[in-house]
Amino acid sequence: MAQVFWTWVAAFLTLAIFSFLYKDNPFYKFAEHIYVGSSAAFWFVYLWYFDIKPKLIDGWRYNTGFEKYILIIPAVLSIFMLMRFIRPLAWLSRWAIAFTVGMAAGLGITAALQGYLVPQIQATFLPLWVSKGSFWHSLGISINNFVLVLGTIVTIFYFYFSKEHKGTLGALSRAGIVFIMVAFGASFGYTVMARISLLIGRVYFLIHDWLHIV
Amino acid sequence: MKYIEKLAKIDRRIIYLILFLTVLLPYLFKISLPMKPLPEVVQAYREIDRLPAGSVVMISIDYDAASMPEVQPMLYAILRHCFSKDLKIIMLGHWPLGIPLGIAALEDVAKEYGKKYGEDYVFLGYRPGVAAVMINMGKEIRSVFREDYWGTPLDSLPMMRNVHTYDDIAILVGFEAGSTGDYWVQYAQARYNQKIILGGTAVVAPDWYPYLQSRQIVGLIGGLRGAADYENLVHHKALAYYGMTPQAAVHILIVIFIILGNIGYLALRRRK
Repeated sequence: MAQVFWTWVAAFLTLAIFSFLYKDNPFYKFAEHIYVGSSAAFWFVYLWYFDIKPKLIDGWRYNTGFEKYILIIPAVLSIFMLMRFIRPLAWLSRWAIAFTVGMAAGLGITAALQGYLVPQIQATFLPLWVSKGSFWHSLGISINNFVLVLGTIVTIFYFYFSKEHKGTLGALSRAGIVFIMVAFGASFGYTVMARISLLIGRVYFLIHDWLHIV
Repeated sequence: MKYIEKLAKIDRRIIYLILFLTVLLPYLFKISLPMKPLPEVVQAYREIDRLPAGSVVMISIDYDAASMPEVQPMLYAILRHCFSKDLKIIMLGHWPLGIPLGIAALEDVAKEYGKKYGEDYVFLGYRPGVAAVMINMGKEIRSVFREDYWGTPLDSLPMMRNVHTYDDIAILVGFEAGSTGDYWVQYAQARYNQKIILGGTAVVAPDWYPYLQSRQIVGLIGGLRGAADYENLVHHKALAYYGMTPQAAVHILIVIFIILGNIGYLALRRRK
């Protein structure tokens, strides 16, 4: 019985949100406010039960020695962050932000170099002629490699701004734009597919779980 | 000419209605199209398929309800594949709002295959600090998760006794709707050489092809199409597979709309 009730609630909220496609209306506003409110409440509960309580409060209660007293630092930094709301003490929040930015930059730079830049550069060192299997198979792989290497080089030229894009540099950077446009097009096509998938999910819910037509 | 110009001024509500009907009708008339799985999905399938029974697969839930129609079907398909091959599952998540989705799928499929909690699968839940969690799990999983989602100490779960670091995990499968997949590659793969398969929404999937080309990931399942391919490969056609016909129909419709819109636009421009 409870499942039937919640299916009807979900169907009503889905239709209320879809009604915005016709025009803004009170049903849409109602569904939108429920969504925002319930998301905020869910986040609050999760932050309490999975961040603050286990990490800070239980950590302070059950840990001993160094593991216990080190918690004073994040606790103080957290309070500093909240000082943003008290104007005379707002400057304290910068300490917390500085800590977060410094840590994120340290982690990010290492990760980007080790996990992205170096492996990606390595992956562009490809042979321009590959002899593997039949001639046509070899030709296919070789063309792929050539396009990849050429695309990487001309795209980098597009982002070279120390010289005006004229002559050879202009031609290379224009070729770079073509590769960038192809990449944007592929991303856009995928994004369209993603949005339509969400619509398909909701329509399936309405006709399968709610109306039992299919 | 007038009619052609009208093409550029079609009421958006008419377009929405046609779009809605294009999604609905293939379901009502049960139309399905043949599909050939994408190579990157076949690659992901083969990587899991070749694992010996008893290997541990770690699954990360890094999405929430907003991406459920695309990602949840691929989670079900991978879980079915893993359990059918007697692989062990460790599930965790970096998106708190996605945790209930992971639990629902894991319990559904475990029940389907008669798997036992603690022996065949474990749910670790969520811990804050994405990068710190990934890095520390490379040293010792218990330094991040002393207990599972329900508070049971990890060492009291039989399946976890010999699982300590990424070295004990055969493959990590990240289900993504944002940038957490990049973190998995940058921390778990680059630092610890963890084998990774990424599955996610069609919005984030194109960004992962460079990882596939550089062999930083060993498989890629992108969007509803990827999920449909995996369902096809595990011979369990479900939500994603049957969603592909409306998907194809809508894509054709969008192409038609783009052509009509451009014809109308050109007609208007010529008149001006």
